[in-house]
Amino acid sequence: MLLIPCPWCGPRSEPEFQFGGEPATRPVPAAEVSDAAWGAYLYVRSNEKGPHRELWCHAGGCGQWFLMERDTVTHAVLRTHKPGAAA
Amino acid sequence: MRRLPDGSRIARAAPVAFTWEGRPMQGLAGDTLASALLANGVRVVGRSFKYHRPRGIFGAWAEEPNAILDLSWQDRAGIARHDPNARATMVELLPGMAARGVNGWPSVERDVYGLIDLAHRFLPAGFYYKTFMAPDWHRYEPGIRRMAGLGRLHDSADPLRYETRHAHCDVLVVGGGPAGIAAARAAAASGLRVMLVDDRAAWGGSLLWQGGTIDDRPATEWVADSIAGLAEATLLPRTTVFGWYDHNALGLLERRTAAAAGWAEDRLWHVRARQVVLATGAIERPLVFPDNDRPGVMSAAAVLQYLREYAVLAGERVLVATNNDTAYDTVLALCAAGAAVTVADARTDPGPAARRAAEAGARIRAGSVVAGVGGRRGIRWAEVAPLASLSTRERLPADLVAVSGGWSPAVHLFSQSGGKLRWDEAEAAFLPATPRPGQHLAGALAGAASLAACLAGGHRAGLAAARALDRHVDLAPPRAPDTPAPAPIQALWHLPLRGTRQWIDFQNDVTVKDVALAAAENYASVEHLKRYTTLGMATDQGKTSNVNGLAALAAFTGREIPQVGTTTFRPPFVPVSLGAMAGLRHSALHTPIRHLPAHAEHLADGAEMREYGVWLRPACYPRAGETVAQAIQREAAAVRTQAGLFDGSSLGKIEVHGPDAAAFLNLIYYNEVATLKPGRIRYCLLLRETGTVLDDGVVARIAPDRYLLSPSSSHTGAVLAMLELWHQTEYPSLRVAFHDVTAAWATLAVSGPRSRDILRRLHTGIDLSDAALAHMSLAHGTIEDLPGRIARVSFTGERSYEISVPAGYGAALWQHLLTLGRDDGITPYGIESLSVLRAEKGYILIGTDSDGMTLPDDLGMSGPLRAKKVDFVGKRSLLTPDATRPDRRQFVGLLPADPGFVPAVGTHAVVQEGGARRSIGWITTSAHSPALGRSIALGMIERGRALADAGAEVELFHLGQASRAVVTAPCFHDPAGEKLHG
Ligand SMILES: [Zn+2]
Repeated sequence: MLLIPCPWCGPRSEPEFQFGGEPATRPVPAAEVSDAAWGAYLYVRSNEKGPHRELWCHAGGCGQWFLMERDTVTHAVLRTHKPGAAA
Repeated sequence: MRRLPDGSRIARAAPVAFTWEGRPMQGLAGDTLASALLANGVRVVGRSFKYHRPRGIFGAWAEEPNAILDLSWQDRAGIARHDPNARATMVELLPGMAARGVNGWPSVERDVYGLIDLAHRFLPAGFYYKTFMAPDWHRYEPGIRRMAGLGRLHDSADPLRYETRHAHCDVLVVGGGPAGIAAARAAAASGLRVMLVDDRAAWGGSLLWQGGTIDDRPATEWVADSIAGLAEATLLPRTTVFGWYDHNALGLLERRTAAAAGWAEDRLWHVRARQVVLATGAIERPLVFPDNDRPGVMSAAAVLQYLREYAVLAGERVLVATNNDTAYDTVLALCAAGAAVTVADARTDPGPAARRAAEAGARIRAGSVVAGVGGRRGIRWAEVAPLASLSTRERLPADLVAVSGGWSPAVHLFSQSGGKLRWDEAEAAFLPATPRPGQHLAGALAGAASLAACLAGGHRAGLAAARALDRHVDLAPPRAPDTPAPAPIQALWHLPLRGTRQWIDFQNDVTVKDVALAAAENYASVEHLKRYTTLGMATDQGKTSNVNGLAALAAFTGREIPQVGTTTFRPPFVPVSLGAMAGLRHSALHTPIRHLPAHAEHLADGAEMREYGVWLRPACYPRAGETVAQAIQREAAAVRTQAGLFDGSSLGKIEVHGPDAAAFLNLIYYNEVATLKPGRIRYCLLLRETGTVLDDGVVARIAPDRYLLSPSSSHTGAVLAMLELWHQTEYPSLRVAFHDVTAAWATLAVSGPRSRDILRRLHTGIDLSDAALAHMSLAHGTIEDLPGRIARVSFTGERSYEISVPAGYGAALWQHLLTLGRDDGITPYGIESLSVLRAEKGYILIGTDSDGMTLPDDLGMSGPLRAKKVDFVGKRSLLTPDATRPDRRQFVGLLPADPGFVPAVGTHAVVQEGGARRSIGWITTSAHSPALGRSIALGMIERGRALADAGAEVELFHLGQASRAVVTAPCFHDPAGEKLHG
């Protein structure tokens, strides 16, 4: 059970959070996006072994989405930051 | 076996009556069920899992593989309790306990299935996999399950309530023996919040039976003083730390059955600790020799515990077999208690401990092992042989064989935390390699072999935990007298005796031969061995068998033990009941069900209440003598001809505010919402980014910068989460905010041709004329002097008004509208009646008519894709080859050829292709329509719109029955929509 440092609320236990998967950049405008690029945006993720960027939401707390870097091998939380903050 | 007249901390003045297999027996307060059974001379306590061999008590605590009993009793609160798989060694004896064996019939002592053992030659590892394959395992399973297995659950519900507790601490110390107490003292002296946990009722761990001297006084006094000094700490006796999860989250099971006060219910603790000290001790290994599973073969350490703690002498003529020094504590204690003791020590030079034992009267056979035992329901003799010459045997009379094959540190929690093990050749044991971050190891777990080392290591661990949290401690470490180093252990695994049966895993009946067979069949990986033979997979999790099993596998595959490695240690360390895991989250509290504001009124009106998602809502309102089906038809007809009253309070209400509300919602919704004028309402779809329909509902614009969304009752949470996700991650610069106001408003719908007449009797400032309040518009104002709004939207296809008032007035408004509409025949209608009405109109129900693959065009809504310029959610997905395939399933109506036949939901429409049926879609909604007086259906059918245009007939097929239906447009009633407006 991870201990997740919410950028707004501080460390909280995993059951308070909702996992949002690996973030993907949305390709626009629709008319100029190839089927392959759109398919990759929808379904292809790197699924890194090791440090991995993930979206999480503090659904049972402040309700805010944030980015978390987590090591998928050790489960260590490397850092969290608000979306838009320097990556 | 008998109880000695004096000694131990057992309460001799407090007899406790209990029964074993129906026979009355007496124990003493402070006994475990196991010690009481031994004191009453009970040898056979169970039958083995597979071969039904008689089994006796082997251990004294959590490691016990055999003494799993069916236990009934009444707890302090007077509740009848039942544990179908109680581990007798861990049960504190209570008055009136009734214990029975679990795997024998008619009893564990005279078990007819014991004949199975005669056929053991035909039951090797993998036997079931190989034998019971054809035609189907399930044919054999019930019979096999009846013969093999543990206790049986009672059919009744568990009468207990369990507690769940969440706790945080600075330092969690696992283990209340000398090392753990020393660590807790040191950590607590720094002022940190400390939790000290031990699974026994009494503090002290091995000191309880080993005794000793600490700081120049009896160890028990040091324990009592140290515990008294931990007044600020959280002390949890009778509590097992069963699991280590990520980031120092630990699971604890507190057994409160025998606790002196408070609830009798067990507690599950979720503890988050900043630092953890593990002082979990070690578990003695059995020796592996022919017939070593016989009742009367016991762990030497367990024999010592029964003697010292409970004054139970487990045998009078004892053979102690060992390969290490620790068993000599048992030898000395047995000699002092008057038993005749022979020691078979595998080591040719056993050292000073053996000499002291000889002085105490024990006969020492150096370089010897126990090569066999006899006596079916209890040991009668044992054979001793030189290790170098196993065929040279001497038979000795014996009623107890106490064995020690060395010690395995209890690395379970350490390993669960991700710690790696190293094989220590000198100690013949797996030890923790290095502690994990935030973790400190002490005592026998860390390889400490003496009391002095345990105390020193525990103190160091406590200091280190405090230092890691920037605390410094000034406390003298506890000291015990130095003891001479023990003579080294001599690793001793199974004996090379062909044609014998030597047990490794007692609980799952796995022998050396099974391991040999697995190795011969190339199950050489330890994880494969485990699953093929079930070694270590019983409820004792292989506490006594793991290392012996690995050693056997190493021998049979020509490898060393560290090359074989260990299986993965997983929680729980001891079985945890499902009730304890659930805590209070069951029955009514499992998923709290929401009630409507007018809940009591619905009940009073005779509603048939059902659960719809998280809401309890009226399905319909059957009158006396009326069936549910009849009520639905009556209510639906009333709405078409007069008027109905529906409680729509559960419908979602999300307010969207902000100067960019229109721009944002236009990026989210499939339909155009930015052009919607204030006071107007539009029916809209919400898509996922994959283009599939997530929800539908109406969007009302209240003001230029304010919208009110009405998602489906069960989708409101998901829709709100989606709005937040898109706003926060994709469009954070847009100035908009969301607020779920579902619970703030009661919303009642009056629907039917007479609805406006009824509303005109309502005291309201809102203009109800069609010019002011047309279909798909809303107005705010006062309703019976309450702030509220009236929206003209319809889910029935009739003229409808949705009246919203503050939720607290919902019940009053319900009664008021029934009164106002009485003369117009106003009829309360429920969800099931609404479902018939919306089916007649072909209004879709998302999740019923649609599924996770449905696109808006499949539902006949393709306009917005062509008209809308912005990149709304899911737009690009609607342009893919799959989305534009011509043969997609489309939403249509179906009129069964037999108007009296209502085809079941899930019925397929089929075509004949190449001599076989192929499904071209299915029915999603069906009903008997009171408006049409016949059956109707809705469905998703391949190229359905073309079929409808052609008026084609299709074949329906369901559960072997064929029928036919005509495909139509998905609307059976008032297709022009005249009733909505006029
Ligand atoms: Zn937060």
